[in-house]
Amino acid sequence: MKNSLQKEKRDEPRDEADTEKTALLDRRSLLAGTAGIVSAIVMRSVTRSAEAAMLVAPDDPTRVPGAAPTAYGQRSTYEQSVRVPRSWWGSLTPLQDSHGILTPSALHFERHHNGVPVIDPEHHRLMIHGLVAQPWAFTMDDLKRFPATSRLAFIECSGNSAIEWKAPTGQSVQQTHGLTSTSEWTGVALKTVLQEVGVKPDASWILAEGSDAAAMTRSLPLALLIEEALLCYAQNGEPLRPEQGYPLRLLLPGWEGNTCIKWLRRLKFGTAPFMTREETSQYTDLMSDGTARQFTMLMEAKSVITSPSGGQRVQPGFIDIRGLAWSGRGRIAQVEVSTDGGRSWQQAVLQDPILPKCHTRFCLPWRWNGADVILQSRCLDETGYVQPTRAALVAVRGVNSVYHYNAIQSWKIAADGQVSNVHA
Amino acid sequence: MYMRNVMMMGLITVLSVGILWSSEAADQQDRMYGYGLGRPATDLDLQHWNIDVAPTGEGLPPGRGTARQGAAIYATKCASCHGPTGQEGPMDRLVGGAGTLGSQKPVKTIGSYWPYATTLYDYVYRAMPFPAPQSLSSDEVYSVVAWLLYQNGIIAEDTILDVHSLPAIRMPNHNGFVPDPRPDVPKN
Ligand code: HEC
Repeated sequence: MKNSLQKEKRDEPRDEADTEKTALLDRRSLLAGTAGIVSAIVMRSVTRSAEAAMLVAPDDPTRVPGAAPTAYGQRSTYEQSVRVPRSWWGSLTPLQDSHGILTPSALHFERHHNGVPVIDPEHHRLMIHGLVAQPWAFTMDDLKRFPATSRLAFIECSGNSAIEWKAPTGQSVQQTHGLTSTSEWTGVALKTVLQEVGVKPDASWILAEGSDAAAMTRSLPLALLIEEALLCYAQNGEPLRPEQGYPLRLLLPGWEGNTCIKWLRRLKFGTAPFMTREETSQYTDLMSDGTARQFTMLMEAKSVITSPSGGQRVQPGFIDIRGLAWSGRGRIAQVEVSTDGGRSWQQAVLQDPILPKCHTRFCLPWRWNGADVILQSRCLDETGYVQPTRAALVAVRGVNSVYHYNAIQSWKIAADGQVSNVHA
Repeated sequence: MYMRNVMMMGLITVLSVGILWSSEAADQQDRMYGYGLGRPATDLDLQHWNIDVAPTGEGLPPGRGTARQGAAIYATKCASCHGPTGQEGPMDRLVGGAGTLGSQKPVKTIGSYWPYATTLYDYVYRAMPFPAPQSLSSDEVYSVVAWLLYQNGIIAEDTILDVHSLPAIRMPNHNGFVPDPRPDVPKN
């Protein structure tokens, strides 16, 4: 699986470069007729071998002319970090390879309920109806003409780390925590659009619906979302990626990922939750007494050390312990790191920018002496909420709630330098 | 308890949404009325999109069906993924699990977990069968929903499901849901 994926990834740049070149060559052949076509074929094979040569660095890049400009940039062929697909339903961000706080769009985790749809933005509509002055339809052009607003925010699937409730399961931080990513999101404030439409005073819940093959739906309490909700058409400076809802998604900063409905086509206003499958059968948290919590929208504060982390191997000596912390309630106020399984804690350095409802980068310079150790991180957010230990979380929630696992993560470094996931 | 929570949210909403609705003088200055964007949507526009079904039954289309009729539809269009009796998988288990929610090994199914029967109509039409969502007629959906409820021991084999009888069904786990009490974990 992994091999074929890596192969696919390696092929991608070549394909796109080819399309670009074919277009150029077509123009050329139109001008030059048959001769053009022949020379086009020759040129094509020449550029192909030139390109293949580019995959390997020359001994001295200062003595060989570099590559030509390209239409859509690609990362170095030496970089291989990829998302790991999970069955049919999604893929995980490689947090172990991440730097800073932003997730490249191509590596933003995916979660979908029946595949990624192909949507023609010309034909896409956002329909707003129910308890509104009048049902209203917007094209993508309409939505882009409204005053635009941008912000950075993490999106985390509420099922992130769900495999960790019962036993240490994920082998890498990608597997344990890879369902969270941070992007810059651009769009129009929902509030702005609603002022245009006119919402009736008795409206209190919105049904948001996607245009995918699951027609994914969630009921959302209007009062709690209205200040921050964004209708987004862009991510990290370009249109949304298809996996992220192209051409339009909802962003509810700090709320569980599934509420940020992708491929958004409809908002219906009502007076009560619509009780869709995604807020009854799914995305409800079963407690050990058999009751289940419903509408647990908020993602509580969480942190994890991204390096050293599971699957890596380290050498004795200097190690810059690095990780990410985030909170759906606001800013991260403090992160502490333990190198003795939680007995003592040192304050980590928080790197700028420290933004509300965003991944926040922390680090702690450390020297490993080669003995067995357990590394942990725990965060505190600006509301005073402290990330719980696993024991404290399980004592309250049991182990069957599936969602919202935000306990402290433990990584063990064995004497041979091998890092692994443990529950400590 | 749950409804109280919903009503409270309702109250807060009336206060905050007032801003969106009552276009009074106070905010007139910093509000630019009428960007002039979008257009009114017609019933025709919404016809194929307005497919949600609420617990009140609102949104249910005309049509009817029984478990007897649903058995054949289930066998041809659903059983390959959910098992001949709805318990075998390989995809989500749909039948059984009664009384297991508070145990070490809870089995969450339509019968043991789902609080509303209307959700089943909504979801089966919207999203199933997985390879061909929104392909079933309303009679087919009522029938296969009836079969799933019958298999779970919630209705009789010949109960007719329609716009009136479906919302009247009380699901076994109707009272199983509570509002979000977080933050709930004491500080270490
Ligand atoms: C090709 C496989 C496939 C077929 C055929 C199929 N389903 Fe499903 N079904 C799934 C998958 C996969 C899911 C889980 C979807 C998800 O989690 O988003 C699912 C989920 C469900 C659920 C929700 C289960 C829960 O507890 O949340 C119901 C109900 C359901 N299917 C009913 C049906 C019915 C009725 C049919 C026939 C009309 C059908 N399915 C046909 C694959 C299938």
